[in-house]
Amino acid sequence: MKRPILELKNIIKEFAEVRAVDGIDLSIESGICFGLLGPNGAGKTTLFEVIEGTLTPTSGEILYKGKPRKRRFKEEVGVQFQHTEFPHFLTVKETLISFRNLYKHKADLDYLIEACYLQDLLDRDNRKISGGQKQRLLLAIALANDPDLIFLDEPTTGLDPQSRRHLWEIVKQIKSKNKTVILTTHYMDEAQTLCDKIAIMDLGKFIAEGSPKELLLTNNKTNFIVLEGDIDKDILIKLPWPWKKLRDKIEIYTNNVNDCIKILLEMGIDLSGISARTQNLEDLFIKLTGKELRA
Amino acid sequence: MLQRIWTLFLMRNKEFYRDKGSLIWNMLFPFIIIVSFNVIFNDDKNLYKVGVVDTINDGTRTQDHKPVFFLETKFIDFVSFRSIEEGLDKLKHHRIDFLIRPASKQYWVNTPSPKGYIVEKLLAASFTNKQSCFEKQLIIGEKVSYTEWLFPGILAMNTMFSALFGVGYVIVRYRKNGVLKRLSVAPTKTYEFLIAQILSRMFIILLTTIIVYFGCVMLYGFKCNGSLLNLLVVFSLGLFSLISLGLLISARSSSEEFAGGILNLISLPMMFLSEVWFSLEGANPWVIYFSKILPLAHLVDASRKIMNDGAGLSEIKYHITALVIMSLLFLTIGSFLFRWQKT
Repeated sequence: MKRPILELKNIIKEFAEVRAVDGIDLSIESGICFGLLGPNGAGKTTLFEVIEGTLTPTSGEILYKGKPRKRRFKEEVGVQFQHTEFPHFLTVKETLISFRNLYKHKADLDYLIEACYLQDLLDRDNRKISGGQKQRLLLAIALANDPDLIFLDEPTTGLDPQSRRHLWEIVKQIKSKNKTVILTTHYMDEAQTLCDKIAIMDLGKFIAEGSPKELLLTNNKTNFIVLEGDIDKDILIKLPWPWKKLRDKIEIYTNNVNDCIKILLEMGIDLSGISARTQNLEDLFIKLTGKELRA
Repeated sequence: MLQRIWTLFLMRNKEFYRDKGSLIWNMLFPFIIIVSFNVIFNDDKNLYKVGVVDTINDGTRTQDHKPVFFLETKFIDFVSFRSIEEGLDKLKHHRIDFLIRPASKQYWVNTPSPKGYIVEKLLAASFTNKQSCFEKQLIIGEKVSYTEWLFPGILAMNTMFSALFGVGYVIVRYRKNGVLKRLSVAPTKTYEFLIAQILSRMFIILLTTIIVYFGCVMLYGFKCNGSLLNLLVVFSLGLFSLISLGLLISARSSSEEFAGGILNLISLPMMFLSEVWFSLEGANPWVIYFSKILPLAHLVDASRKIMNDGAGLSEIKYHITALVIMSLLFLTIGSFLFRWQKT
């Protein structure tokens, strides 16, 4: 195992009436993409801000490269917040250069522009760019000091599918340079595409942690059998597996597809509209948190 | 550190000078005030103001020896003074056209003043026996018109609004929309950010004030009787003090509405109680006492003394000391209270 770039030891963050982060332990090795998933209000952003240093933890210890965070930490990390505006009346290029000048160690400007696809935006007013373009500029700013550790807080929220994929490509490029990325996201496909490891967070705690594959394997290999059409519920009550009706279809959760199909046939149910799929991260998320992802 | 300060300084300057509306308003506002008042106060050409000192040498009031006919002349505004010094000061600055002291049968008139000459003739004509028996006393003073008296106040007031709103409002906006939060995760220190804001705002406001000053000098022939360098020192100090007050107000808030309310709450009374528009002579003592804790009052008075009376720095050291103390106080508390993020 590589040396951890970041270690959290029993981090607690309390506000007046709520414990937003409740005893988090975490070790992130360098060079990976770590995804933090959780419903709204789970404590992801608070945990992020505690690690970044914008919030002070109530208790616990944070180690960066094996040592407590000091001034070096700010010089070596890049941060992209969810909602950040820029100083007004600056062009995209001036904005990028200004933030880049705040650091001692600077990434190559041409690389930043090219990597984040900003070539055509450089002379545009930073207030007059689209959401996707703004996210790319924010990402370029987060990379302005050629950081070893990059925090991306919901980098693709609100973007159209094309812009999201655009951003994924940039994150993959960052990963390929052996940088460590920590991101929060609401999108399971994003987590599955980008993250080597994920943690699912709810009510301030991690409720599952591991690689996407490990999580799916260790949390019950449930399969879903979907039946379309009008099926008599009285017959389904006899099934030994849980099921639920979703509009004009029935979804059965089973760990034995063969037996399930056999029993359905014995019941005389028409299987012409049947389909089956394995459990994905989204199913696991709902199962663990009891909440919809975008709730 | 210097690079970061320079970067933040440039960032803020660009924000300001590219905001054309704000830039034009900052330059146009004092011009509009000066032009308006020049028009308004030029309409009183036919109104004579005569000061009457109604005390004798020991300070007691007297009703004797009054030139009754003269004091009943229409279209003359008679203003009462309790001391000869007070009256002479107003006469010297052309706040009045003529000064008379019936008890000692003396009068004073500015020889270059046409109004003074007319009033003098009116006084002589009011005595039917052709012997006025009033003794003429001459003083020669530089004429200070109302607009010329007003000018330093307008410059200072403009400075105040630019400093308070330009710093206070912008920092609150930065905090509200996350710019401060973004800067806080870069290796930017609080003092670096605050120094850059102060320097940027001072540079911009001083530059616009200098442009406005010389614009008015060219348009109206205003002149500074004291040293321009001293005037620059006083304005820089006053500005520093007002910007520090702006930083203090914006140290924590992230609500533009709240900050706007506080800024108005501070700036409007400060404008009215700092003798920008009118003198506080005759006001309640607590009002005068309160005005002493307002940086604008010190800036206005000090700049008037330099521009109108030609005072040097030693003569306004009280104001300089007050501005320095206020600046340090505001800046220390503001830095202590400052937060990058919404609380």
